[in-house]
Amino acid sequence: MSSPMKIKAVKFGILSPDEIRKLSVTTIFSSEVYDNDGLPVDGGAMDRRLGALEPGEKCPVCGNTRENCPGHFAHIELAKPVIHVNFVKHILTYIKTTCRNCGRILLNQEEAQRYLELLSRLEKLDIKPLKKRLVEYVRRKASKTSTCPHCSAKQYKVRFEKPYVFYEDREEAGLVRLNPSDVRKRLEKILDDDVRLLGGDPKDARPEWMVLTVLIVPPKTVRPSILLETGIRSEDDLTHKLVDIVKINNRLREHVDSGAPNAIIEEEWDLLQYHAATYFDNEIPGIAPAKHRSGKVLKGLAQRLKGKEGRFRGSLSGKRVDFSARTVISPDPNLSINEVGVPIDIAKVLTIPEKVTSWNVDELRKFVLNGPDKWPGANYIVRPDGKRIDLRFVDRKAAAESLAPGMIVERHLIDGDIALFNRQPSLHRISVMAHIIRVLLGKTFRLNLLVCPPYNADFDGDEMNLHIPQSPEAIAEARVLMLVEKNVLTPRYGGPIIGGLQDYVSGAYLLTSKSTILTREDVIDLLGVTGYRGPLPEPAILKPRHYWTGKQLISLFLPMDFNYRRRATLGKAAALACIDEDCPHDSIVIVKRGVLLEGVLDKASIGREEPESMLHWIIKEYGEDVGRKFMDNVYRMFLRYAEKHGLTLSYSHIEVPFEVLVNVKKIIDSKKREVLELIEKYKRGELEPKPGRTVEETLEEEIIDLLSKRLLDEVAEAITPYFDLRNPVIIMARTGARGNPVNLTQMAALLGQQTVRGRRIVRGYSGRSLPHFKQWDLGPECRGFIEHGFAEGLIPLEVFFHAAGGREGLVDTAVRTSQSGYMQRRLINALQDLRVEYDGSVRMPTGEIVQFIYGEDGVDPMKSDHGRAVNITRVIEKVIGWRT
Amino acid sequence: MDGGLNMAADKLMSEAEVEEYLRKSLANRVSQTMYREILNEVLKTWRKHGLYIDELRAIVDEVVKRYEGSIVEPGEPVGTVAAQSIGEPSTQMTLRTFHYAGVKEFNVTLGLPRLIEIVDARKKPSTPYMEIHLVEEYSSSEDKAREVQRAIETTTVENVIKKLDIDPFTGVTIVLDREMMSDKGVAINDVSKALEKLKLGEILADEAKSTISIIPKGLIDFSKLEKVRRSILSLRIKGVKGIRKVIIQRRTVQRESGEIEEYVLIAEGSNLEDVMSVEGVDYRRVFTNNIREVEEILGIEAARNAIIREIVSVLEDQGLDVDIRHVMLVADVMTWSGSVKQIGRHGVAGEKSSVLAKSAFEMTVQKLVEAALGGEVDSLPGVAENVIVGQIIPVGTGMVELYIKPGLREERDESSQ
Repeated sequence: MSSPMKIKAVKFGILSPDEIRKLSVTTIFSSEVYDNDGLPVDGGAMDRRLGALEPGEKCPVCGNTRENCPGHFAHIELAKPVIHVNFVKHILTYIKTTCRNCGRILLNQEEAQRYLELLSRLEKLDIKPLKKRLVEYVRRKASKTSTCPHCSAKQYKVRFEKPYVFYEDREEAGLVRLNPSDVRKRLEKILDDDVRLLGGDPKDARPEWMVLTVLIVPPKTVRPSILLETGIRSEDDLTHKLVDIVKINNRLREHVDSGAPNAIIEEEWDLLQYHAATYFDNEIPGIAPAKHRSGKVLKGLAQRLKGKEGRFRGSLSGKRVDFSARTVISPDPNLSINEVGVPIDIAKVLTIPEKVTSWNVDELRKFVLNGPDKWPGANYIVRPDGKRIDLRFVDRKAAAESLAPGMIVERHLIDGDIALFNRQPSLHRISVMAHIIRVLLGKTFRLNLLVCPPYNADFDGDEMNLHIPQSPEAIAEARVLMLVEKNVLTPRYGGPIIGGLQDYVSGAYLLTSKSTILTREDVIDLLGVTGYRGPLPEPAILKPRHYWTGKQLISLFLPMDFNYRRRATLGKAAALACIDEDCPHDSIVIVKRGVLLEGVLDKASIGREEPESMLHWIIKEYGEDVGRKFMDNVYRMFLRYAEKHGLTLSYSHIEVPFEVLVNVKKIIDSKKREVLELIEKYKRGELEPKPGRTVEETLEEEIIDLLSKRLLDEVAEAITPYFDLRNPVIIMARTGARGNPVNLTQMAALLGQQTVRGRRIVRGYSGRSLPHFKQWDLGPECRGFIEHGFAEGLIPLEVFFHAAGGREGLVDTAVRTSQSGYMQRRLINALQDLRVEYDGSVRMPTGEIVQFIYGEDGVDPMKSDHGRAVNITRVIEKVIGWRT
Repeated sequence: MDGGLNMAADKLMSEAEVEEYLRKSLANRVSQTMYREILNEVLKTWRKHGLYIDELRAIVDEVVKRYEGSIVEPGEPVGTVAAQSIGEPSTQMTLRTFHYAGVKEFNVTLGLPRLIEIVDARKKPSTPYMEIHLVEEYSSSEDKAREVQRAIETTTVENVIKKLDIDPFTGVTIVLDREMMSDKGVAINDVSKALEKLKLGEILADEAKSTISIIPKGLIDFSKLEKVRRSILSLRIKGVKGIRKVIIQRRTVQRESGEIEEYVLIAEGSNLEDVMSVEGVDYRRVFTNNIREVEEILGIEAARNAIIREIVSVLEDQGLDVDIRHVMLVADVMTWSGSVKQIGRHGVAGEKSSVLAKSAFEMTVQKLVEAALGGEVDSLPGVAENVIVGQIIPVGTGMVELYIKPGLREERDESSQ
């Protein structure tokens, strides 16, 4: 097999008139596009020779049909030269730096020679930034000279008027316009060596080529016309523009040939210049953009390239792919985290090319027999000669029969195939991971809930994309590098990003809590979901019945030599904290030699985004597959126990006794009174401003502090005695599953002060937020203080304020995404070419060293212990933890 | 002990033995700092629990395994990973511009806006501030610290007067506020000296009545009254230019000698050069959030450290966990050319060697025109340009280049037959 050709380099330059004529298949001279019969006019903008576009049309130049004809260039011979607008700035520098008389660079011979030698050396060494600096220096120096050192001609100031007019200030004769012909004549005179000194390339970009005498006309494939349903042909913007140019060009030529007065010629010449300019770029500041008859602004060539949907970012950098699917996602805790459930309908459309060998020919025959409609089947056979056989339309029996090594069968997806799974926005590399396919009934993609965090997915209607790698290389790379289990540890901080969340955490807590004892039936049920096949451990309680603890079940799955000790999330609350293993709250987790001796499992041990946790060390020390199995099996048991135990939240769980509520109201009233006193003090002018603040700011800050933080804390203190660890809200908040104690206060007691932009809610009417209040009232109620909780219910005014506060968050998110998105795009663009070389250094692709050793220690954050190469305390714990 | 799992040795090691073993087996395999840390921790454990030779061996083996397993692999696209590791959490940041950075008195831009400001390499941050540590003599006493504060903080005429009258005929009369003057440490002479700079006329200071009057040479133009008034009020009597307010903060810091109290100054505004030379200031521990200023005064390596410090502090403030190596790489890319370059069209991303990559980022048409003019050659070194032309990108597994001699296989096949 011959190796595919590789593009080594791309060279840029300016097309010379000669080159354009050589490339061209015809001149375009007619402003007519189609004749009366609707056929393209020879020499018109849609001349047949510019390429075959219509179905069945044969190209008169290359003989191909539209599938294979690449299209051919044509040209327009301009009656008078025009300036290429995109180059005006560069034309100006050339004119300013060279002599108006002899065309030499405005530096004396020796100097020019010296710089030229320097330039050659820099070019040989290929140091682009230095070359750029030299050129800039030469340009600046040359443009300052006022007498030509070569022919002693006096240099006049050249004025440039946007967008494309040049004047020369010939002191005594005043301002004289330089028309494009004059400009071109000057540029022609510049010597090749001087061009190089001024940053040009005499071979591929002679300066005079920036003034066009011949305009290249792109092939029709670049500007296809479209047929509307009405049968009317609608031309591309570029075609319209070209027709305009031809029209004016013809008129100008007639006038020149007939010797019309200069004024008329000048006028027409300017018009030609305008059309040529807007053809290239229709967003030139200073001139009116060319428009359709309908008033719609035409798209110039520059507009096609520019911007997000332009050729570069939209078409060239953003590739479209086949073998992909997209649908809604839904959860399935019974899948492995490595798997993705693929709907059967999708599995029948997406295929994998499998080469027929003597080992798989029988299996592939079955697929071929099943055909495209019955899963698992196949859609195509590719014969060794490259011919594709569509299995929809052939005798499948015969096709299966003919199957022989060397052919390729494009078969349906089956269980065990690999797919790339992705959710936008793809902010980091774990937004795309490889999953193993499980073909399932239904119409949605199914995924394990534990993989939600890296994708940032939930199931409120999210959709995700699936891609099927086709080549053996791609499949292998996906399996080895991109599989979910290989990406549990994130390179962002070197800890697990995948891990227990929500009910997993609550379930783990409930299962491992001291009060949980399990009967034989419970144990069998729980172990059943994990796929455990070993013997049952000895029950922890023998009489009156056999009972097991949840901790015993966990221990079954811990590696035999695993030692671990950490404070549970539960222990973060002061009331539940312990100093050593003598812990009545069970908030210190101790594992010795694979036995969970003490402590409840919660977020700190099995949670997501929790570095240095039990989960983290299992993955790190026993391998990704062990970690994955732990999450696949044990975590399922957590959920099962949550189901068995029952975990729900109802009104009764957030209800407090009436007396307590009365007490809460008292606290609220006292705080409100404090606020009113403060306001009185302010009105009397006795309020002392805080340093750096005005009196008003001081007052507002003080009120917000009183009514949100301090009040809520006080109320929380009053109500917490009525909630204990049997309350699901408390369980969830304390174990880190969901919510926090403040949320409980907000439900049970009151929401507190609502703020917008860190201020109380004041906007609305003049001096008041709503018409229900007195003007200039500073009191709590009229500025967004909510004294009811969700249990009690909000009054209408409060609902309004709450909505106002909530809206801010939504707006904030919307504004932020665009900002951080742009920042990330810039970061990626600046850093994407960096890579670690075999010598351990970080370099630019051109070889410049950015870091001698990556990160000053050569450690990959993903493979580190939460940022450190070795967490020595953990190593010691791992080894002797069982006896400490 | 129960002589469990892999407990073969029965003898607890001595401290010397532990050290000796570690030195032999580990000292040359890991970095110096890491070795010291390990030695320290192991000895601590030894003192507390004792160690058996098998255990020490297991510890060393595990350390080596972890260390060697943590080294980056060649080809790793560390740039992209760094960009993503900083970009992804930035979506979770709050947009609330203002926050109090330690001090309640003034607002400091934090969060996403600040992060954008840093990678933009702006000339001046939107809220410049400094953290000024003092030399020991000054940092331990509040009075001494106040002295430095007064020297740095800008005191204007407005800060020390009770009243200012301007009469076009009789001139300017200033009634000074004694209390404020002593608080700011300003003498009446300082005020009159400062007023001289305005060149309004003859200055008469009355110490006893604590008034200053200025007799103008002629009439003060009516239309300029307000302007004169403002220029007097905002006249700087003392302090460092560019620094508005200075606040003294008391901190407890951990030193080798135990916990000590330290007074630190926090200043609104920034002027690194002048503050560093104020007496009492520990010039080694003066920080500003103005990166360009650090670059100018202390050089490019200091600027790199400043960038790292600033980005880390923003991320930490938001409670986001990002490995410092990612931040270091961003800082290095911004500074490796020798001057601080922004991450964006006028900096790192806009100065790439590849024409196609530049065009795909921003300013598409300009970059193409420039390339055409110079007859540039794009040799497709990076990622973006290879995506554009549809080739394998030169990072990760795409970096591997395999050369095979086409004839070799046939030769082998023939010889094996």
